[in-house]
Amino acid sequence: MADNKGVLIFGEVIDGKLAASTLELLGGGRGLADTLGEPLMLALVGSGVGACAKEGIAYGADKAFVVDDAALKDYTNDAYVSVLEKVVKQVTPNILLMGMSPIVRDLAPRLAFRLGTAVSMDCLKLEIDPASKLLLMTRPVFGGNARGVYVCEKAKPQMAAVRAKVMDPKPKNDSKAGEVVNIAAGLDASKLKMKNVATKKEQVAGIKLEDADVIISGGRGLASAEGFKLLQPLATALKAAVGASRPPCDNGWVSPSIQIGLTGKIVSPSLYIAVAISGSSQHMAGCSGSKNIIAINKDPEANIFKEARFGVVGDFNKVLPAFTSKVKELVK
Amino acid sequence: MPNMIVCVKQIADPEAPPTSFKIDEAAKTMVPAQGVSQVVSPFDEQAVEAALKIKDAQANSKITVISLGKNFVMDVIKKPLSMGADELILLQDPAFDGGDSHSTAYALAMAIKKVGQFDLIFCGRQAADWDAGQVGAGIAEILGIPSITPAKKVDIKDGKVTIERVITDGYEVVECTAPMLISVSNELGEPRYPKLKGIMAAAKKQPVNWKAADIGADASKCGAAGAKAKLMKIFQPVKEGKCEIISADTPEEAGAALAVKLREARLI
Repeated sequence: MADNKGVLIFGEVIDGKLAASTLELLGGGRGLADTLGEPLMLALVGSGVGACAKEGIAYGADKAFVVDDAALKDYTNDAYVSVLEKVVKQVTPNILLMGMSPIVRDLAPRLAFRLGTAVSMDCLKLEIDPASKLLLMTRPVFGGNARGVYVCEKAKPQMAAVRAKVMDPKPKNDSKAGEVVNIAAGLDASKLKMKNVATKKEQVAGIKLEDADVIISGGRGLASAEGFKLLQPLATALKAAVGASRPPCDNGWVSPSIQIGLTGKIVSPSLYIAVAISGSSQHMAGCSGSKNIIAINKDPEANIFKEARFGVVGDFNKVLPAFTSKVKELVK
Repeated sequence: MPNMIVCVKQIADPEAPPTSFKIDEAAKTMVPAQGVSQVVSPFDEQAVEAALKIKDAQANSKITVISLGKNFVMDVIKKPLSMGADELILLQDPAFDGGDSHSTAYALAMAIKKVGQFDLIFCGRQAADWDAGQVGAGIAEILGIPSITPAKKVDIKDGKVTIERVITDGYEVVECTAPMLISVSNELGEPRYPKLKGIMAAAKKQPVNWKAADIGADASKCGAAGAKAKLMKIFQPVKEGKCEIISADTPEEAGAALAVKLREARLI
């Protein structure tokens, strides 16, 4: 265990380029590696991902490990855990960082158990403890109502899955040198039980939540799919995306793909207008990064008013149409 | 007719207002105010629902619910039985105190080994208190079976399992062979309400109580002794809480005044 050295990033490739989250991890991981005086390394696993190794080095890695195999084209838990186990046992890193992607949500816990170590999911902050030189990992607990600071003292590597936009990428340096090492996947097809047979993407009409500067979001208080339709004229007027807290998604009023919260999308628009949303921790964990939160809710005690900059206490059926019509008049 | 196991956790109601939880720094946990009720963690109820959907469609299916915890409230922890599950096993032992995902997964896996036969194990994607999201993967690793998270739909036919796994803007369809473990997400849909008949049937059922020794658990792998992650501290982020409430004589006027206010603040 004492021999574990270096910060290893699990990189993800999207459309032939390193994912934004991977560039962020390389930026943040570089800082941690420099603090420890240890190297920063990148692991790329998939099919046709080898071409991105140089890009990883340009963004800060000292060394890149590539497992490029046609059998790894689609993610499956058993194949990826097996490959990552092999890579980590060969590289023996001190710290393993991953981005909080759909792959990592499934991969990281299983890999941690395989390696006999612990992982902290959805981390908001990573730092090296000056005394112990161990990684301190801060993550939301109790539905985002509190933060816990975790440390892994007994095992290596120390593992963290980091939320998007928590770290900043470093500028690209194409002249930076670094070694690329190929590792064979070594998969035993007879042992693999999982198969990805289809990927279904739901097309959301209009502006994507992740890209929106303004979001109109509705909650349980809207009471029906019809109630949700009242949000659309306002969204159109403000060129906004429409989001939802969990109950409208669970009740089938809207698609689960627009859920904002700890277990949905994490957004940080300039303006977040919350209509009939009580403001549970679970929901706020997904939108508290918004620059301005505006609340319309009939309950003056609703938690959302503790987070909002401006608010109206009242029934959305009466407040919202008048608000929308005035907004249309003002932004014309 | 699959044999199914569902792991559930009893927690303080996460829907209670955030202000009704306070930090206990010494115990490093969140303490609910008096009056906050205990519930089955919501994702775990959805895990029960996933198993019940299969039971609805396939005769002679069996659902065994296992919960590790303490201070169980019988009306609460029996809810999966009143929803339609068949048996309930409670793991209670001071040896389990102070555990993390590793020690919890170990104890649950040992209990599942004692139960013996199973085709599918269901968990919630994460307990709504610590939100770690790892116990399912841990149980599967210890039992040496495949695992997947977060699932929104599960089907099993002739030992072949089909899972819809939630990803950004959609889902993946994954096929696997039983036995396996599936962690269920809220996208599965609202769990059913117990019917009176189910509540009456559950009232008559007695849970099975197992201690660490009953499941052959190694004390060094249980509770605090078996934990790998250490919580150094817990804190609540500071909130400013300076909301300007726009009031007017009627809700309609307040709505219009809000629009004017946002314009003045250059937000629209």
